[in-house]
Amino acid sequence: MKIVMRGEELQPVAIRVENLSKDFGSLRAVNSVSFEVVSGEVFGLLGPNGAGKTTLIKMLCTLLKPTSGKAEIAGFDIVKNPSEVRKNIGIVFQEPTLDVELTAKENLDFHGRLYGMDGKKRNERIKEVLKLVGLEDRADELVKKFSGGMQRRLEIARGFMHFPKVLFLDEPTLGLDVQTRRKIWEYIDKVRKEEDITIILTTHYIEEAENLCDRVAIIDHGNIIALDTVERLKNRVGEDSIEIVTEGDVSDFIELMKSANLRVVRTEEGLMVSAGEAERLIPQIFSLANKNGIVIKSVSLKKSSLEDVFILLTGRKIREESSSGALHVMRARRMGR
Amino acid sequence: MELYGIYVLWLRDLKRYIRARSRIIGSLGMPIFFLAFLGIGFRRAQIPSLPENLSYIDFLAPGIVSMVVLFTGTFSGVSIVWDRQFGFLREIMVSPLSRTTISLGRTIGGATTAIIQGTLMLFVSFLVGFRPALDGLIYSMFFMVLIAISFTGLGIAISTLMEDIHGFQLVINFFLFPLFFLSGALFPISELPPFLRSLTYLNPLTYGVDGMRWSLVRFSEFSPLVDLSVLFVFSVFVILLSTFMFERTEVG
Repeated sequence: MKIVMRGEELQPVAIRVENLSKDFGSLRAVNSVSFEVVSGEVFGLLGPNGAGKTTLIKMLCTLLKPTSGKAEIAGFDIVKNPSEVRKNIGIVFQEPTLDVELTAKENLDFHGRLYGMDGKKRNERIKEVLKLVGLEDRADELVKKFSGGMQRRLEIARGFMHFPKVLFLDEPTLGLDVQTRRKIWEYIDKVRKEEDITIILTTHYIEEAENLCDRVAIIDHGNIIALDTVERLKNRVGEDSIEIVTEGDVSDFIELMKSANLRVVRTEEGLMVSAGEAERLIPQIFSLANKNGIVIKSVSLKKSSLEDVFILLTGRKIREESSSGALHVMRARRMGR
Repeated sequence: MELYGIYVLWLRDLKRYIRARSRIIGSLGMPIFFLAFLGIGFRRAQIPSLPENLSYIDFLAPGIVSMVVLFTGTFSGVSIVWDRQFGFLREIMVSPLSRTTISLGRTIGGATTAIIQGTLMLFVSFLVGFRPALDGLIYSMFFMVLIAISFTGLGIAISTLMEDIHGFQLVINFFLFPLFFLSGALFPISELPPFLRSLTYLNPLTYGVDGMRWSLVRFSEFSPLVDLSVLFVFSVFVILLSTFMFERTEVG
């Protein structure tokens, strides 16, 4: 296994991706993406639906063949050595992939057998992983009787059951309600603490990336447009941001602010100012508007998040707030295919 | 590892089969009614190409057992489409098992359930008055195994061409029923006009039904060795075909 310098210590690289691309006909879904994930890290791929996250994951899982470029998982090439790659990874897909006609235990048992675990090891491990996701009491129940959140927990348990080096989670909380989502985060966090594992997850939920990931790659239109720790990504937009909507055109206001040394970008609704302690800037912004006859319709102050980083880089939001959750899920599922 | 993989997939098919009791009974309903009502209705009919001492129910029962194996086998092969639709196929596709193993495991698993269903039907037919030669039961097993493997494999090959489960009805009505009617299961193929008769020669199930009939009631239109060789060659061909076609599918 190759090693790289990172900070003071030497750590093995779990995933190495070099100029990986995937075309579907004339559409370039993933465009020459490169990154490395260090062993033990939780690495996030954050981006809107259709950004190419799932396609990237599917190439790394050997389900899709890349158009060009290369990638290694645990030192094995995904094109030249797919079966070795498969032995070393666990995957939780967006769509459920459980056999609902079997019990939780039988699903795990089948999985253990697929990965060549012997009987004793399998039984011990089934108890262990079920306990970790809090399903030890439901082991002998048919999976079709499980709620969505329980099914997802079982899939996560199955994903790391065979001691994979890398666990892929593709939108692990898609379509789940907020409470269930937080529960799933707790379990993922537990897995990461208790198992010797590297996790790579895709999400379009900002909070998910912020809560779970050490480093995040922001993806848009198949390109990685930023890659850093959550902390350092946030620093790019300062600690806070102010969103302002004015009457009429905002172009002049933006120019005025720029000449007053404020960091400002245009958004869909109006403009956004980024700064350290942004609340202190509000009086200055209002007096600037008053002096120049600009009418402010609304102001909102926000703690900075990765959403702002995305807006800073693309001028768009990751999620369109207006669309309903259900529609979202449907669209995401279709994109996943 | 690969042999073990085949066993694992086989085990899953069997577990699911045993659990779905209503399906086991339900899918035997139609063939039982076919056997009972056709058998009773035609019991006094004179069919010129049948020997005097062979009752229609004795002629019919091996055909109906073959029908059960044909339908169950093809269904379980095509059921890969369900697994694809409900995502479970992906769990298998990202495992270390090779595509060949997956396709073979499904074939053997599906064929096993088809053989069990066929054997159940054979026992049920005793109740309707079917009295086969007892030593023939062993020979009939060889034919059942070959029919089961052939059509489960064919089902898998068909499933790779299907986008979703909506094509299922098409497979039943335009593939399975013509195969069944043109196999000599219900009447001797020598009763058919020359054009249709030549079609039955192209139908692999014809040789299966004929072989079953030879085994169980010692009446056949071909030599049992011909039946056995044709079916054997066909099942090998189907296994190669289904493996090849399955190899090329992307689950994406």
